[in-house]
Amino acid sequence: MLSFIARHFLKFVLLMLAASVVAFVLVGISPIDPVQANVGQAAYLNMSPEKQAQLHEYWGTTTPLWERYTHWFSSMLHGDLGTSLRFNAPVTQVIATRSINSLTLMAAAWVISGILGFALGVVAGANKGRLIDRAVKAYCFVLASTPTFWLALVFLMVFAVWLGWFPLGFSVPIGVAASEVTVLDALHHVVLPALTLSVVGVANIALHTREKTIDILQSDFIRFAHTRGESPRSALLHHGLRNLALPALTLQFASLSEIFGGSVLVEQVFSYPGLGQAAVTAGLGGDAALLVGITLVSAAFVFGGNLIANVLYGVIDPRMRKKTLAEKVEASHV
Amino acid sequence: MAEDTIVQQAGAPHTAQSDAMQHVERSGAAAQHPTQSDPAAQHAAGSDIASPHTASQHITAEEHHGHLHAPTSQHVAGHHLLQVEGLSIGFTMYDPAQPSFLKARHSFVPVIHDLHVSVHAGEIVAVVGASGSGKTLLANAIMGLFEPNATVEGTIWFDGKEQDADTLAQLRGTHIALVPQSVNYLDPLMKVGKQVRGFARGGRSQRDASVRQEQAAQETTGGSAIARGDVKAQGRTTAQERAAARERQRVLFSRYDLPPGTEDRYPFELSGGMIRRVLLCCALMGGPRVIVADEPTPGLDLELARRALDDLRGFADAGNGVLLITHDIELALVVADRIAVFNNGSVVEETAVANFASPDLLRHPFTRALWHALPEHDFAAGRTV
Repeated sequence: MLSFIARHFLKFVLLMLAASVVAFVLVGISPIDPVQANVGQAAYLNMSPEKQAQLHEYWGTTTPLWERYTHWFSSMLHGDLGTSLRFNAPVTQVIATRSINSLTLMAAAWVISGILGFALGVVAGANKGRLIDRAVKAYCFVLASTPTFWLALVFLMVFAVWLGWFPLGFSVPIGVAASEVTVLDALHHVVLPALTLSVVGVANIALHTREKTIDILQSDFIRFAHTRGESPRSALLHHGLRNLALPALTLQFASLSEIFGGSVLVEQVFSYPGLGQAAVTAGLGGDAALLVGITLVSAAFVFGGNLIANVLYGVIDPRMRKKTLAEKVEASHV
Repeated sequence: MAEDTIVQQAGAPHTAQSDAMQHVERSGAAAQHPTQSDPAAQHAAGSDIASPHTASQHITAEEHHGHLHAPTSQHVAGHHLLQVEGLSIGFTMYDPAQPSFLKARHSFVPVIHDLHVSVHAGEIVAVVGASGSGKTLLANAIMGLFEPNATVEGTIWFDGKEQDADTLAQLRGTHIALVPQSVNYLDPLMKVGKQVRGFARGGRSQRDASVRQEQAAQETTGGSAIARGDVKAQGRTTAQERAAARERQRVLFSRYDLPPGTEDRYPFELSGGMIRRVLLCCALMGGPRVIVADEPTPGLDLELARRALDDLRGFADAGNGVLLITHDIELALVVADRIAVFNNGSVVEETAVANFASPDLLRHPFTRALWHALPEHDFAAGRTV
């Protein structure tokens, strides 16, 4: 157990290190000049050279990359992720406020796509070749080949512009004091982006689950259950779902990265002030500290998801659980 | 997509014909079949093929339905326990000989044709044939399991009643049970006790099975705890019925020397021998009359396999029937009462084990060649046949 924690902690540290270096280097070699990007082309050209130099100094474009990185790294060790020049606030604070919005959005999409995808996949797999299977497959193929941002635009047009059911964007109503925003308002704003994100996520999970369901229904133990008088429905319920649960769980936690990636696009289209939108702003504005901060958070997020899947696998699958137990017993004898 | 275009024919071919006259006509038609050129079929055509048996027991030499009997073969109530007549199974698939996949037409590939085999009460019949020759298809057909692209024809009687695909499905588990060959037939994520108890809904047949099992148990184990098996079961839904199933599973486990902790173990934790006994307990749970055992002893040497099959022997001795499907003629000669020799998709000869004492008692050239190929006989002599 201790070695498990130590091993994964080491992996985590290495991942964070690699992610921060890559993010820093990418921002460093980016052709975007943060000063020009932030003050605007016209303002920059009309500026005095002294002012330009001062701004370059402020944005740190004059210091070499490695120096900036070591500086960032040493303050990071003290828990300081730097200041977002674009939002003019500490990176941790920007990420914290944005995370709340993003997490609501992603959690909703993750749960909906997981449950709906699994259900559709099982139903399609159990009815392979029938009408319902073809319908699910058609739905999944169309959605899997649909760009997320395009679908977001379509939803926006249909539900926000034509039908007027949902707001056009943002996470709270415009022109309302922050203290007067109700939970209902917030939920009303999260529906459309969450729906877009889940609808796209469903396709992947449903198709994978469908394949796995077909595999399992053709396995020897399902056939044997049939020979013992179990109906196809009973065999699926008692033996199929049990064996589907593990791959579904892995898939579900692995899909965290896709949900995160999708949220960047969706938040952009819906002007939803979450982490994804902040990442785009930081990237286009050359805001290195914020971009690295968000990169680290998302890497930690995906790492956490995979780790949870790993641990759950060991807890749920008796083969792995008992194996680790046996190893432990063996180890204690040595 | 291939799966969409494959013709679905499974299930349909079992045309229900239940009265005795139909039976006679069909059997007569079977005699006109092209295979009559081989001596066994000719013999079958000439014998008393259709009338119910008046004698409850046959002597070894007496022949009907194209087969010879063993001393243990009994015709309880004047019929066979399980009888398969004129069974043909073929598959519709893309013709592999076509030059291109896109141009490939469907072709029909017959695997089993005009197969006859019978199981009497009290005996083990071994269907012996080469590996991969389609023996498992026979097991699947009896269990009413068909692949979507399979075409199945023929007639199957169980306990004197003609069956179709639907009625065969109802007999599964409670009247005819399968003993499969490996651990792959157990759900890897379910404890074996729960698995043996099973999830089949008990209907009328389940009750009948319980009653029969009770009688069988009284005969074999002198009315042990199995007799308490829930006779009035209305389906396995109430706590009382679940308790009855648990009780029955425990009795079966103790009868087959599975230690008390076994029921809480997962299949991967059990040895090969325990798995075999667990699979047998699965089959016995529903109280069947016929067990179809498909290569139940893979990888065991003759002595171990014979001991493993003692349990099936006991089951047969209690007045039930066993159809043992195997590639191992030596094993079959040791454990079975009768041998059905499977070759080229059909049973060429169905005879008593005793007749393997001498090649002169065997009728079909293939069986005689098989006799000569046995290690204790002269290999060279086989070539002269």
